[in-house]
Amino acid sequence: MSATAQRAPALPARTATAPRDSVRAWPLRDRIGYFCAWSAGLALIAIAGSIVVYMAFRGAQYFDLSLLFESPNAEIDQSASGGFKDPLIGTAMLLVMSTAMAAPLGVAIAVWLTEYGRPAGLARAVESAIEIVAGTPSIVLAMFGLILFQEWFGFLTFDAEGSTLGRSFIAASAMMSLIALPLVVGATREALNAIPRHVREASYALGKTKAATIRRVLLPAARPGIGTGAALGMGRVAGDTAIVVVLLGSTLQIVNGTDGGIDGLFRGTGSTLTSYVYLNSPAGEGLAPEKAYFAAFVLMVLVIILNFVVTRLARGRKPLWTR
Amino acid sequence: MLNPAAPGFWTDRRVERLLGAVACLVLLLIGGMIAFVFSKAWPSFAHNGLAWFGSGGDVDRQLEDIFSSPSNPSDYVYELHAWSLIWGTFVVTAGAVLIGIVFSLLAAIFIVEFAPPRLARLLEPVVRLLAAVPSVVYGLIGILVIVPWVGEHLISLERKESVANVIQLNGSSLGVGILILTIMIVPIMIAIVVDALRAVPGSWTEGASALGVNRWRVTWSIAVRTARPAVVAAAVLATARALGEAIMLSMVSGSASFAPNPIDGITFLFEPTRPLASALVENVEGLTVVPFGQTLFAFAAVLLVSSMFLSLAGFVAKQSMRRYGVQP
Repeated sequence: MSATAQRAPALPARTATAPRDSVRAWPLRDRIGYFCAWSAGLALIAIAGSIVVYMAFRGAQYFDLSLLFESPNAEIDQSASGGFKDPLIGTAMLLVMSTAMAAPLGVAIAVWLTEYGRPAGLARAVESAIEIVAGTPSIVLAMFGLILFQEWFGFLTFDAEGSTLGRSFIAASAMMSLIALPLVVGATREALNAIPRHVREASYALGKTKAATIRRVLLPAARPGIGTGAALGMGRVAGDTAIVVVLLGSTLQIVNGTDGGIDGLFRGTGSTLTSYVYLNSPAGEGLAPEKAYFAAFVLMVLVIILNFVVTRLARGRKPLWTR
Repeated sequence: MLNPAAPGFWTDRRVERLLGAVACLVLLLIGGMIAFVFSKAWPSFAHNGLAWFGSGGDVDRQLEDIFSSPSNPSDYVYELHAWSLIWGTFVVTAGAVLIGIVFSLLAAIFIVEFAPPRLARLLEPVVRLLAAVPSVVYGLIGILVIVPWVGEHLISLERKESVANVIQLNGSSLGVGILILTIMIVPIMIAIVVDALRAVPGSWTEGASALGVNRWRVTWSIAVRTARPAVVAAAVLATARALGEAIMLSMVSGSASFAPNPIDGITFLFEPTRPLASALVENVEGLTVVPFGQTLFAFAAVLLVSSMFLSLAGFVAKQSMRRYGVQP
């Protein structure tokens, strides 16, 4: 029984006691496979290492804190083209807004799927719809968002002299939340499924309703899972470019959508770190690779931090009853 | 009477209906997306018929004509033969997925079976990091480092001259696109395959080991064989991801709608191409021009249909591992 559970550690022990099973004694074909597996694993580390080292090197080379606090300007002269304060604010806004939309929606769907899921056909349909969103290219989501907000929710978007373009922070974060949604749903479902049945039964036995059980027992227990999903989703949102380019436009500065006020900020357009990198690279108009490198470095740091959060959440606090 | 703050308000029935309504809302949104994209795309398909998918003419020029078509709705120009874009999408995706399958399978075997515990622990965050790097960063490295290097060192002058009257080779190429795309999709595949290999019942591999089969054969003929559905699922999901990759490819694979020709031998890999998704990103500014917008939505519809089938197929493939009593 216990041998089944600890298969991985058992293998090296066996090779240690059985000297005849050394790689040298294997047939050539097997040795080639073994060698290929090793080189694939090492290549993976080399690739990741070189990307991180290269970006860190470039980031340090063009390190300039003042860039973080200057608004970008559309100038050909690089000394006057400013930094990326606005893209940073834009990224932060998109992260907060899209998570605020995706997390409650995703948790609600996950709870419905695992705890209710009736009628079964509807549950199956919702499940495959989530599966479809997960696979839809973000550029297609962006174009759908553009029609949706142009034709139906124009009042939520940037108002360019009476004609709606379908562009605003609201539009972009709504579509971004669709990217994050499958990740939140998946992680929450996994967490809910990991809670043993007897926990629910104990709660019912104490006279709690199903709704109260969900709110007081299941959701608190699933919190690390929800956090993991949200952080994964934020990582994807921070890294997505296509939706930003389509739904926020290619202005680098944050433009207020109305005459001012906080609703105008949400209806306004702007940029994020990703679109800043894209537009400042040789692929966009602005030829400022140094600034693009530094912005990409900041973006990488942000993504790595989110990644770290995911690792910590996934590792941390297991509910007591699961041993 | 209807006071959400009152203690008895959140009855089971109300909660179930509320959560169900949220789920239906998302279902409706996705259904609406498919319907919307198709209704917008229809005129372009209807005008071209099956020739839409065929070859002929220069796609860039056709797109220009569509963009500058007269404003009178009856004079809209729709003529488009999108073959070079579709071919570009196909070659880039297939290349990246084929290399990716081999590479990620080997890497997954390494992580599960052969890596020393310390290395295996290091590889987990490495895979997660590679998955998390934004595509625009990959694109930036590609366009500023790899493309110029390939243009200067790998493409000889004779090679450039050999196709000079057809296309200009400057380093932004199919090969670079495939290379970076492979790195981008490999982490997804590794994650799925590793999970599946770990889920293979230990008694199966132990039984084979007890018969004196060496570790590579055990892994290859039992663990990998059992995990085959997961390899398929990984390939399918990675294909969906690769199809939709727009930003990175538009940065590194060149900005000409050219269909690279496999007859050219090695030069094939150095020829520029442009997949559907990057064509969308690069032309999205013209979306307000009605026929042009409809053409772009036709591109989006093709992408949507393919990714829809792929993600459902991946879902089914993942399920089929349950047949062996293995939880994917």
